[in-house]
Amino acid sequence: MNAVAEHANPASVASGVGASRIGGRLELDGLRRSFGAYNALAGIDLAIEPGEFIALLGPSGCGKSTALNCIAGLLELTGGEIRLGGRRIDQLEPEKRGFGMVFQSYALFPHMSVRKNVGFGLAMQGIKGPEAEKRIRDALAMVRLESQADKLPGQLSGGQQQRVAIARAIVIRPPVVLMDEPLSNLDAKLRLEMRAEIRAIHDQIGSTTIYVTHDQDEALSLADRIVVMSQGNIQQIGTPEELYQRPVNLTVADFMGFRTRMPGRIVSVAGDEAEIEVDGSRFTGLARETFRAGENAALAIRPEDLVASATAPGIAATVVSIEYRGRAFFGLARTAAGAELYFRADEPLSRGASAYLSPAPQRALIFREDAA
Amino acid sequence: MIRDKGLTSKIWRFAIWAVAGLFVLNLAAVIAVVIINSFATRWLGTWLPAGWTTRWYFDAWNEFQLSDVVLVTFEIVFTVTILSGLLGIITAYALARRDFPGKKIVVLLFLLPLLIPTLTYGIPLATVLYQFGLGGTFWGVVLINLVPSFPFVVLVMIPFIEQIDPRIEAAARVFGAGTTSLFLRILFPLLLPGMLAALLLVLVRALAMFELTFLVAGPTTQTLVVSLYYAVFASGVRASQSIDAMAVVYMVTTLFWLVIALQFVNPTQIVTRAKQQSAH
Amino acid sequence: MSAPSLRSRLAARGLDGTTLLILPGLIFILALFVYPFAFGVIDSLRPKEGAWYANYAKFFHDPYQYGTIAATLWLALPVTIVNLALAVPIAFRVRLMRRQRLLTTILVLPITLGTVFVADGLLTFLGPRGWFNHALMLLGILHEPLKLTNNYWGVFASLLITGFPFAFLLTLSYVSGIDPAIEQAAATLGAGPRQRFARIFLPLLVPGLAVTFCLSFVQAYAVFPSAVLLGAPAGPTRVISIAAYQAAFEQYDHSMGSAIALIMGGVELVVVVLVLAGRSLFYRGPAGGTKG
Repeated sequence: MNAVAEHANPASVASGVGASRIGGRLELDGLRRSFGAYNALAGIDLAIEPGEFIALLGPSGCGKSTALNCIAGLLELTGGEIRLGGRRIDQLEPEKRGFGMVFQSYALFPHMSVRKNVGFGLAMQGIKGPEAEKRIRDALAMVRLESQADKLPGQLSGGQQQRVAIARAIVIRPPVVLMDEPLSNLDAKLRLEMRAEIRAIHDQIGSTTIYVTHDQDEALSLADRIVVMSQGNIQQIGTPEELYQRPVNLTVADFMGFRTRMPGRIVSVAGDEAEIEVDGSRFTGLARETFRAGENAALAIRPEDLVASATAPGIAATVVSIEYRGRAFFGLARTAAGAELYFRADEPLSRGASAYLSPAPQRALIFREDAA
Repeated sequence: MIRDKGLTSKIWRFAIWAVAGLFVLNLAAVIAVVIINSFATRWLGTWLPAGWTTRWYFDAWNEFQLSDVVLVTFEIVFTVTILSGLLGIITAYALARRDFPGKKIVVLLFLLPLLIPTLTYGIPLATVLYQFGLGGTFWGVVLINLVPSFPFVVLVMIPFIEQIDPRIEAAARVFGAGTTSLFLRILFPLLLPGMLAALLLVLVRALAMFELTFLVAGPTTQTLVVSLYYAVFASGVRASQSIDAMAVVYMVTTLFWLVIALQFVNPTQIVTRAKQQSAH
Repeated sequence: MSAPSLRSRLAARGLDGTTLLILPGLIFILALFVYPFAFGVIDSLRPKEGAWYANYAKFFHDPYQYGTIAATLWLALPVTIVNLALAVPIAFRVRLMRRQRLLTTILVLPITLGTVFVADGLLTFLGPRGWFNHALMLLGILHEPLKLTNNYWGVFASLLITGFPFAFLLTLSYVSGIDPAIEQAAATLGAGPRQRFARIFLPLLVPGLAVTFCLSFVQAYAVFPSAVLLGAPAGPTRVISIAAYQAAFEQYDHSMGSAIALIMGGVELVVVVLVLAGRSLFYRGPAGGTKG
């Protein structure tokens, strides 16, 4: 979807909010933040290149919002450094950092018109008159809200308020734009629309974007690189493909949709592949850690890669539930040992029937069990 | 939360805490002098009294007939609380659940006693009560105290009842509850927390309500706060320690209920509840 | 005929058994508030002697009477302004505190204890030999005790002790009602502490502060027991409530008493309307956030 480019005047975009890379490399070095005895951030190291779109992904309470607030300066660090283009900024007050931030609740100033909201950051920088007017106009054009400029935020819909919040953050041409779950208050359809727009705006303005979310779809479709966090630590940093195909441990795999995990024992190792015995059946999978034969391990796989059929071979299980989802059937089966397996089936299986499940080769990953 | 670190902001912050601290210090001192004086043998111009005694409490108890006064105070205050509770909750229920022509005017009528200065309606009301022969009587004092406290309960309870889903009542009806068991088994338990809070607030307010009680109270129907006023007013007559002993008795009775009330409401609610009524 | 019964026609307009539950309360208010108030208005127009307006004419011709309006305003307005001026910055600090409960509990004490108790305490505390003068002389700020009771300042102090906590607790509830993210947003956009206050908080707070001002003013304006006990009730602190009380219950002229009570209500109404009219010039919507 390229709605933004269609609606915004290309000339004004080029001269207004420039597409060149602005600001320098943003480095987080051993970032720590504790609340009393609780470590919300336990030493985060991350280097972000100018113009990159980074998603911080993790379940609630994993420290991703804390990290964002520390970068914005809204929370003081208890340890570590933040540098922008080599300059230390972690001692600066939030108003001196010049970052743009989009809040989960939008945090629009309820007493100011849309125009005044967007112009607020410019006024704080002392930018006035025609220059300010032009930049406000360009920013509103970019989010397609030119016609709403004189309304109060309370008169706008949720999606429109979200656009104002984005315009307000980008109009000051910040080197870094911080977004804290900006789409979580919108309905599903609007979320998809705004997702595309956010990426388009990022590409136009050339700022670095750090985007906090708990929705892996959002992270996968938006980001250049994803940082998966859990319990105040970084679990993995990588491109969406890397994360999707090659999660480094069970925590990340869990987050990337590997719903089924089956404990077993390694039979043999060959290069980065390993053979694992689960419930008496043997399967080959990609070993994500180094194993020796005889070790305990777990096989992790996505539902769509675990295919069930009514006939052997495969892991024998009983169908617990099954539902039709358009192209195929998806369901849950239970083995005699009690393991729960999420599967795909191309034919309808009835509840209570026996099924035989086989993982698609090259799609199963093998992890050490205690990693989660 | 954002904390800034500049020097001016440090000085500013210190100044604010200093003013707040001074206020609390003076407030504590005002309460402390009353308590200390009530236990003092003689206290003139020094930091602390010359000696300590409890005899003023016995003096005050006899001189001011405090046993009668305390008894009357509780009779009045509890009657006011119970009546305004009953009347208030019934009225609030109707106002919360039904929309009828003229409802706005009715709500405004319940707001007015809380907005108009007490004496502005208190003086005509007291005159009427005297003309009906209720001046100086128990029921005269109860009635005049009900005028602000009953609307108070109504206005506290309306939002509380509104947030109880009417479908709960419908569900109870579907399952066969009659009006009585609907009230006893469904509404009453749901309303209890709000009722308790509202009634305790009324109780604390009624204990301290001076102006209205003062206008109609007779010699046998004085509440503690009115007796205290008369004692301080005629302060040459009695020893100041004896008056302060009575003030302490008043303070203890009030604070006892305040402490209980604070188990159910936040201190800010004691004022903000009043605010919400008057704010629109 | 299948016309709906009277009962169902009334129910459609919201009148049914439940609606009738307001009757006891309504009758009570009509009998004990509306009727006495109307009685007071009529009573004030039937003076002991003279034309129907004689009470009002008498009040506005006698400096001893009409002077009470100025005396009351001269107390109530400055006290209200001081209370608010103290309440706003302190509420802004306290908003950042995690444990506000202790402070709010302490501050609710003078409100619940009431003016009579506070007046009794202040008589000793502010007296010529009281702790207040004692401490100031010990610190070398004073050489001889200040006279702080039985005059304007005694009443002022009592209105401060009971009025400040009231104004503070109200302001605190308004300040805490503002979404903290709004301040954070202003900060990330480059607004320093002063700009955040002037451009974000103040405009959002003005409506609430106007209401706080009115309610604080109403309390201070109705000052009665402390003006008698701590002030000079025959002189500078002869406030209008004293005039009304004396007319009704000391001179037994309830007609005049009602007239003064109504004048008192009228003056208060003027101030409140002026403040609230000023408030309407500002933004009045919710300050909590702008969520859909």
